[in-house]
Amino acid sequence: MPVIEASELTKTYGELRAVDEISFAVSPGESFGLLGPNGAGKSTTMRMIGGTTLRTSGTLLVNGLDPEVRGPEVRANLGVVPQQDNLDTELRARDNLIMYGRYFGLPYSYLRPRADELLEFAQLTEKADEKVDNLSGGMKRRLTIARALVNEPRILLLDEPTTGLDPQARHILWDRLFRLKEQGVTLIVTTHFMDEAEQLCDRLIVMDRGRIVAEGSPADLIRRYATREVLEVRFGSDRNAALVERLRGFADRIEPLPDRVLLYTEDGEGALEAVRREGLEPVTSLVRRSSLEDVFLRLTGRSLID
Amino acid sequence: MTDLLDTNALAYSGRALDAATQAASVRRWGWWFQAEWRLRSMKAYWTSIIGTALLTPLLYVLAMGIGLGSLVDAHAGGIGGVAYLTFVAPGLLVSTVVMSGTAEMSYPVMAGFKWGRLYYARATTAASPQQVALGELLAVFIRLLAEALVFYVVLVVMGAVRPGWSLLMVPVAGLAGMAFGAPLGAYAGTIENEGPEFALIQRFVVMPMFLFAGTFFPLASMPIYLQWVGWISPMWHGSQLARAAGFGMPLSGGEVLMHLSFLVGVTAVGVWLALRSFVARLGR
Ligand SMILES: Nc1ncnc2c1ncn2[C@@H]1O[C@H](COP(=O)(O)OP(=O)(O)OP(=O)(O)O)[C@@H](O)[C@H]1O
Ligand SMILES: [Mg+2]
Repeated sequence: MPVIEASELTKTYGELRAVDEISFAVSPGESFGLLGPNGAGKSTTMRMIGGTTLRTSGTLLVNGLDPEVRGPEVRANLGVVPQQDNLDTELRARDNLIMYGRYFGLPYSYLRPRADELLEFAQLTEKADEKVDNLSGGMKRRLTIARALVNEPRILLLDEPTTGLDPQARHILWDRLFRLKEQGVTLIVTTHFMDEAEQLCDRLIVMDRGRIVAEGSPADLIRRYATREVLEVRFGSDRNAALVERLRGFADRIEPLPDRVLLYTEDGEGALEAVRREGLEPVTSLVRRSSLEDVFLRLTGRSLID
Repeated sequence: MTDLLDTNALAYSGRALDAATQAASVRRWGWWFQAEWRLRSMKAYWTSIIGTALLTPLLYVLAMGIGLGSLVDAHAGGIGGVAYLTFVAPGLLVSTVVMSGTAEMSYPVMAGFKWGRLYYARATTAASPQQVALGELLAVFIRLLAEALVFYVVLVVMGAVRPGWSLLMVPVAGLAGMAFGAPLGAYAGTIENEGPEFALIQRFVVMPMFLFAGTFFPLASMPIYLQWVGWISPMWHGSQLARAAGFGMPLSGGEVLMHLSFLVGVTAVGVWLALRSFVARLGR
């Protein structure tokens, strides 16, 4: 039985269809990603899974329960990392974990040692008695993530978890999340970092304007929506657009961006040769393997961070 | 850190209650867990709450009792047969507590939705939005009672109130505070962006209520066309009851019932509105 099962899930805000009849299912222990440009409806979907945002229509089951009806039972199994930190800035780091745990009805005798474990997990042991106000942005983010684990949830909802983390902290977090997954915890992740999605997600959906535009594993999606290699060429921002027509013949598909032109092809070096032979000498060029970023560009027609 | 990961205690410590037990406990006691948080974060300004509760009556008693009081007593022989200080003390206690209720249910509630977004954090736990609202109201009620109690003790120590049944003015003040605070909290929960709302309420609702609704002089001494200010004011209803408790100001059983039902009724409606307001806002 899937742990999360959404069917024609919809949320409207006035005229806006923020989430528009999406259906998906997540299996236990799976790591499931939601990708999409700003405003695609990812966070709204996450909030509906927690039963905090009420859906407009469609059905949604989490562990077989409707989160709007059985909120306490559903959320007792859930750890939520919201997109925006909402720690209690008046309280110390440790007290934030303890108080949050109290809301789950957990006793202090459990929470005190648990808070210390989680502070260690977030590498904040030295900051345990610091007021949250005095933590850096990345430290707050780590504390928010630690807080989500206080009730030992079986499902973890992570809305852009690594935003604001330095590269080292990101890698440590990926490692920890991977260990949680090994323990059978189901991860639902949204992210704007394609490398993160490739690292973390077994399967993902790409959303745009409230709808699902593609679904599959990262490798699947790359195979389906991109060529093996990409040639990136720059001619200077004023010339890029003008040259697009002349470049068309050299690739299966062309994606003109403001600062560069992407040529999708099975053989990047070969395409670069051909372009040069045509007498077009790019200022810089780069051949690389396709990534999720390319899938994203193709599917949403927009760069990720706009 | 390594220990933690070696034992994989991150996912399962083996010590936590299982989810079903957590949920059952929260269904039952969630309102109290929520209140606990607000009370705990009040610790940050606990000293200022108690300090204010100590200092305000001190200043009032000095100004009203010794300053204004001596003048009123000399010229009019007190009010209704009691010294001015005796008359004014219960009203001051009630008004002060109502004003604290105003402060606690305005900006902090807006902040919970808007700035720190703490209510959203609390809503992601096993609690329900109703419990978030109830906990908030309960914590503020407890805080108001604590303030009223300190205020009362100071009044007793300074000889402005005789100890005994007068203690009843403490719960009366807490109730009056909620009669204004609960509906205000409901309203604060609907505010999207910080505007002049609270400043206007302070200036054009709370201040007139404080000045004209029977705190400093009997409502009956105002022209009849202004007395409605008192009738709709929790401060007046609270002060009347507090005076009956404080120095036995004569009130008929019907009057007591009327004042009490006003306060209880308005609080009940306010609580209901606040629940609705929180549920609607958190569910978006
Ligand atoms: N409370 C709300 N009231 C009105 N509109 C909302 C509300 N919450 C979200 N929306 C709208 O719904 C749409 C989807 O928002 P959502 O936050 O789910 O996007 P997202 O995919 O998480 O975007 P981002 O990558 O920027 O976080 C947006 O157009 C947003 O403006
Ligand atoms: Mg979002």
